[in-house]
Amino acid sequence: MEQVAEVQKSLREIKTRGEFLERFLKLSLGFWALFAGLLFPILAGVILLYEARLAIEKFGFIHFLTYTNWDPVQEDFGAATMIFGTVVSTLLSMLIAAPVAIGIAIFITELAPNWFKPIVSTAVELLAAIPSIIYGLWGFFILAPIMATKVEPWLQDKLGDVPLIGKLFQGAPTGVDVLTTSLVLSIMIIPFMAAVVRDAFNMVPPIMKESAYGLGATKWEVIRQVVIPYTASGIAGGLILSAGRALGETMAVTFLAGNNPQIPKSLLEPFTTITVALANQFTEADTDVYLSALYYAGLLLYLVSFTMLGIAKFMVLRLEKRWKT
Amino acid sequence: MVETQTALKTRMEVKNLNFYYGSTQALKNINMPIYDRKVTALIGPSGCGKTTLLRCLNRMHDLYPNNRYEGDILLDGESIFNMDVIDLRSKVGMVFQKPTPFPMSIFDNVAFGLRLKGIKGTELKDRVEKALKDAALWDEVKDRLKDSAFSLSGGQQQRLCIARAIAVEPEVLLFDEPTSALDPISTAKIEELIVELKRKITIVIVTHNMQQAARISDYTGFMYLGELIEFNPTEKIFTKPDEKLTEDYVTGRFG
Repeated sequence: MEQVAEVQKSLREIKTRGEFLERFLKLSLGFWALFAGLLFPILAGVILLYEARLAIEKFGFIHFLTYTNWDPVQEDFGAATMIFGTVVSTLLSMLIAAPVAIGIAIFITELAPNWFKPIVSTAVELLAAIPSIIYGLWGFFILAPIMATKVEPWLQDKLGDVPLIGKLFQGAPTGVDVLTTSLVLSIMIIPFMAAVVRDAFNMVPPIMKESAYGLGATKWEVIRQVVIPYTASGIAGGLILSAGRALGETMAVTFLAGNNPQIPKSLLEPFTTITVALANQFTEADTDVYLSALYYAGLLLYLVSFTMLGIAKFMVLRLEKRWKT
Repeated sequence: MVETQTALKTRMEVKNLNFYYGSTQALKNINMPIYDRKVTALIGPSGCGKTTLLRCLNRMHDLYPNNRYEGDILLDGESIFNMDVIDLRSKVGMVFQKPTPFPMSIFDNVAFGLRLKGIKGTELKDRVEKALKDAALWDEVKDRLKDSAFSLSGGQQQRLCIARAIAVEPEVLLFDEPTSALDPISTAKIEELIVELKRKITIVIVTHNMQQAARISDYTGFMYLGELIEFNPTEKIFTKPDEKLTEDYVTGRFG
């Protein structure tokens, strides 16, 4: 009898040890998941908010957003120029990158012969592995001179006199400007965009495409009328996800923007973005208000990227849900 | 059946067909007629090649690399391998295991193939309506043609796909287990529809369901391990088949 009781006891112990391990794992891993996924972003936001409190009090929200003066000497700060720069360079880079990325995705999923698909796929993915400072150096030393001497004068010559659009191509072409920055940014975001769009295209069930082929559709008709509408929300998600990256890109943009705290009048003028201002000025910020204003700008960037990524994720999820059944 | 047999016309003909997925041979020397305006069923256990054979008939295998045909398939006496594949597929339509409505409205789904052919305006409207009526779906959807096709039930979606396929007025319509994802009532409707459609269209149907083959088909081909074991009138296949293997299968001794 005693032995039986002993065995039962040790069995209980094993069971409780197992339970303990399970609970320990659940708690500790759960903590890290929670920390990385929820706590950290919130913490970052709170710290930004805390550090920016001086500037928020002094300049308010609407004023800070719309005021174009950034004067460290007078301690008079408005972020309009850098917000404008961030938004415009992001939008322009997406405008350039989107058709290229969608084209790449179509090529990889529908057109390329099978042996060639992984080669293109990997090559495009490798673009994402190049450090952004390399893009910056390349942009500044190689691309900018070409833009300044060849591309931009040509654009001015061809488009300078066109009404409305012509205005965008005025000024001395220096290569360090909105256009070159957006071009380099677009090259940087193409791999992300292409990868997300490619994955979305791959989610189209084969019998869906076969149904269209079965009605006598050509490859192009299938892509345009079935594949693209079918994956519209995935494509939109991919675009926005990449926009998030363009918004936050610092190194390459710092090289190419020219750090000019003014709203550019054309695509050929230097400008600044939130990230450029932060990268350039943090070490110089010698007063509390100055530092706080920089944090405030950082907070705005944080909010914009967070919202955009949230929207992107939501759109991709919606697409997945639609085709799960 | 006796009186129609005299008027039998061969619409398609499979001649000495071998088919390979890469180096794997999936079909072995298939010879089979497909009679005009009859329902021909292909039955057999999983992996016997019935779907593979069906997909040969409109060269659906061409979409994927490393697939190879040997032998010939004739449509109205002409080799389908000499025809333009786009043209072939508008003559030989297909309906799949699962409903595959396109992400657009009910109307646009049916109009899809017609628009590809450049049909517009009132003719387009008339032919969409006719196709929906022929697919016995018109009464259920006539007031909501602009709604998304996804708002329909599974059975309705499948009838929509049939409407879409018959809108382009194919000569032959291929069904690949069209009711495998549907409930019994929807299945009954689709079966009724297939019997109705054969007045105008030649039909080939792959089915897992022997009762279904017995109910709706005029001719049945029994396949096993990539070979066509027996091809005969359905009645004969299910009552006194020529081959022992066929008998074993239809009586449920294996498969």
